[in-house]
Amino acid sequence: MSALSDQLVTFAILAYLVAMICHAVEYALGNARAVAPPARELVGAGVGGAGGPVDAPAAPVAPPARVGRSAERARLAGLVAVWITVLAAALHLAATVTRGIAADRMPWGNMYEFVLTVSFIGTAAWLGVLWKRPTLRRLGLFLTLVMVLLLAFAELKLFVEVVPLMPALRSYWFIVHVSTISFSSGIFLLGAVPAIAFLIRNGYEQGKRGFPYTLAKRLPAAAGLERLTFTLHAFAFPVFTFAVIAGAIWAEAAWGRPWGWDPKETWAFISWVVYAGYLHARATPSVRRNVATWLAILGFLTMLMNLFGVNFFFTGLHSYAGVN
Amino acid sequence: MTIVKDRPVPPAEAPRRRPNRALALLRNSWRQLTSMRTALILLFLLAVAAIPGSVLPQRGVNAEKVDQYFVDHPELAPKLDRIGAFEVFGSVWFSAIYLLLFASLIGCILPRLRDHVRALRTKPPAAPKRLNRLPQHAVRTGVATDAEAVAAELRRRRWRVVVRGTEVSAEKGYLKETGNLLFHTSLIAVLIGVALGSWYGWHGNKLLVAGDDKAFCNTRQQYAEAKLGPQVDSADLPPFCLTLNHFDARFLPSGQPEFYRATVDVEEDGRASRTETFSVNSPLRLGDANVYLLGHGYAPVLRYTDRYGKTQTNDFPFLTSGDATLTSEGVAAFPDVNVDPKTGKRDSNLQVAFEGLYLPTAPQQAPFTRSEFPTEGNPAVVLVAYRGNLGMDAGIPGSVYELDQRQVTNGKLKQVGDKKLAMGEKWTLDDGSVLEFVGTKPYITLSVRHDPGSTLLLGSSAVLLVGLMGSLFGRRRRVWFRVTPAGSGEAADPADGSPTSGSSLVEAGGLPRTDYPGFADEFAQLVAAVSGNGEPGERAGESRDARGPAGTREGAE
Ligand code: HEM
Repeated sequence: MSALSDQLVTFAILAYLVAMICHAVEYALGNARAVAPPARELVGAGVGGAGGPVDAPAAPVAPPARVGRSAERARLAGLVAVWITVLAAALHLAATVTRGIAADRMPWGNMYEFVLTVSFIGTAAWLGVLWKRPTLRRLGLFLTLVMVLLLAFAELKLFVEVVPLMPALRSYWFIVHVSTISFSSGIFLLGAVPAIAFLIRNGYEQGKRGFPYTLAKRLPAAAGLERLTFTLHAFAFPVFTFAVIAGAIWAEAAWGRPWGWDPKETWAFISWVVYAGYLHARATPSVRRNVATWLAILGFLTMLMNLFGVNFFFTGLHSYAGVN
Repeated sequence: MTIVKDRPVPPAEAPRRRPNRALALLRNSWRQLTSMRTALILLFLLAVAAIPGSVLPQRGVNAEKVDQYFVDHPELAPKLDRIGAFEVFGSVWFSAIYLLLFASLIGCILPRLRDHVRALRTKPPAAPKRLNRLPQHAVRTGVATDAEAVAAELRRRRWRVVVRGTEVSAEKGYLKETGNLLFHTSLIAVLIGVALGSWYGWHGNKLLVAGDDKAFCNTRQQYAEAKLGPQVDSADLPPFCLTLNHFDARFLPSGQPEFYRATVDVEEDGRASRTETFSVNSPLRLGDANVYLLGHGYAPVLRYTDRYGKTQTNDFPFLTSGDATLTSEGVAAFPDVNVDPKTGKRDSNLQVAFEGLYLPTAPQQAPFTRSEFPTEGNPAVVLVAYRGNLGMDAGIPGSVYELDQRQVTNGKLKQVGDKKLAMGEKWTLDDGSVLEFVGTKPYITLSVRHDPGSTLLLGSSAVLLVGLMGSLFGRRRRVWFRVTPAGSGEAADPADGSPTSGSSLVEAGGLPRTDYPGFADEFAQLVAAVSGNGEPGERAGESRDARGPAGTREGAE
């Protein structure tokens, strides 16, 4: 069962890779379109991202037949990418579940399993978002890239054999705490994607044409990306808060104190404060949206620091990662 | 004219202006402090200030690591220590940041609380004159309804409603601000809970070896280390005694622990002695103290027969070094041996100590440096014998788990051989004295704590969470309906068409007071419901803001 899980992870990585390539093809074909004047392009990108029939009027400047064919191909590549992402998510889920079955417990006992779970939640939430807002499809390029990197890193650097839980982890708080931490981390992970896309796109809409900004030509409109960023963070933040509180309750039972500034607790605190700062900044009209969004990205960096940095560089009570 | 007026004024105004300026400064700084920007900066500073707390070792988390840091960085460490870098979370600067933040928070909450109470008591305001100026606007003609019916429908949907003649005003979503205030207030309650815990709480650590003769009673002296809050006196510690009866640990073939469980006898004042078991995730909760199982290990029992034939037996807890196989290190000191029976005098240069390792499962062949398994498969001690002055009389409190290395370096304590002993084996030293490895006893390490703030912490965290959800997901919005009965001929806006006979003209307007992308949908639904799902006279939801710069869900697509 455990070997099966390992193979499934490899297949999932491959599938994400293929999905990424398809997204990239969609991108490239989209960019092959005629060069329109900026104002036109703006509208075209904002609406045309839908990939549906709205694509056609987007670029009336170019010869219609050519554009139609290339847009159709781009659309096809995008759809294929999405379906391959669905397949990858299924493989990913199967890998996580079989890992849990092999270990005869929830698959969150060490960092390898934790990354597996968090990234799956990220993908699942992405598919959910895509279901409701198909226009965001082009963000899939970023998402699949993140997935390939994360899973490959997990497989190469974090992998450990299946072992049962340490006594300290045998508690129902294990399920409560780690599931909510994984869930919120997954959503934060997903939230970072539109946040970055927004920053690039926003620069593009303000007329910047330097390196990262040109990438945003085919991205959905900045305002929508910004809103999605907020929605995801507003959703994940209370879950994360709950997870930290659950962690504190568990810490009281396991170590005798609800909060002791162990490195992982310290970084959870930092993330919490930074994300709280993001939500506040966004609610403050005088703070510009791109400043607020930078805070969200900073928050995500602190989450990464907690997940990887703390497990590698510091030793604390949270030493269950299984990496030395 | 100006001259005449100005002359008498300066002397009169000058003294008045000064206090004003101070006041103004005070008021301005308070305003600055309570502004959102300041709060954001303070939040950010708080996050940054916490980073050294995870990078540098902290006394409150691991004091030994701090000592190690002093050894590794003799230059830097004292400087860092002076600015409180090893106690970040108790340092002046960290406290200053969060106290300022909480001051800012209170300054933010109070006026908002006042406004919110006021808003809860006032009725939804009268409709603006031109409803078609609002972000949401709709007109229905030929609807069989009146203001009361509209109000009833709104009430059914839990809006707060006021009817003024033919006008209905309604507001919803007060929960957002309520939640917001709850969230921020509970942050303060969390801080109070923490403060209560540190003022009135106490905790101590204890290593408890199995056996009746090793019973531990909850007094200050019995703790290796204890910390009492400033409001706690040693006499306040609740009296109870614990004796370790039994310790069970099970391990997997890989050596990974599977479970631990300690069985203790508990004696409390005025209660019969009872037996309790507890383990890592389920502490022993005794009225005013909780006892947590932190770790465990073995205490080898060693018998030393000195050169005069006198025998002493004792158990010496060897500490585990974090190694999963429970290889442990320690020292067995016998300071009161080799007392000449003739003179009855103790020779402090004939004290004896054995330092080394205990291996629960020693390997079959040398080197004997690491145990193979955490259970006692082939228990052995690997010891180095020392004779001389242990340095215990100098009055400097030394560790019972380590030799005083100064005595070794200055030659007062000399090495006199080393050996590996399996259980039951004896070792005759050069002076004819004998050491026997008799057996082992399990020990556990305990943390005993009392935290009077924990209930408040838990309660306020729960409130915090509820408030947070209200604050994030609540949406404040207002709607107005103007119902013009048919034939009355006084439509609010002449541009909005004329009423048909036998029914009313309903004009509606909606205003989201917070960011709320779904408002257009809700508004359209409301209008449909109020007009009895009748044929729409006009398309609802002519949204103006939806395509504005803020953008809504629709705007994105
Ligand atoms: C105040 C208390 C606690 C806080 C704030 C806290 C915070 C966190 C955070 C932020 C993570 C995210 C995972 C990561 O980034 O690596 C995490 C994971 C985890 N926590 Fe906690 N936690 C607390 C208490 C506990 C306790 C008491 C235990 C178990 C005895 C525990 C066990 C775990 C495990 C097993 C993981 C996932 C595996 C890993 O990545 O290390 N936590 N916790």
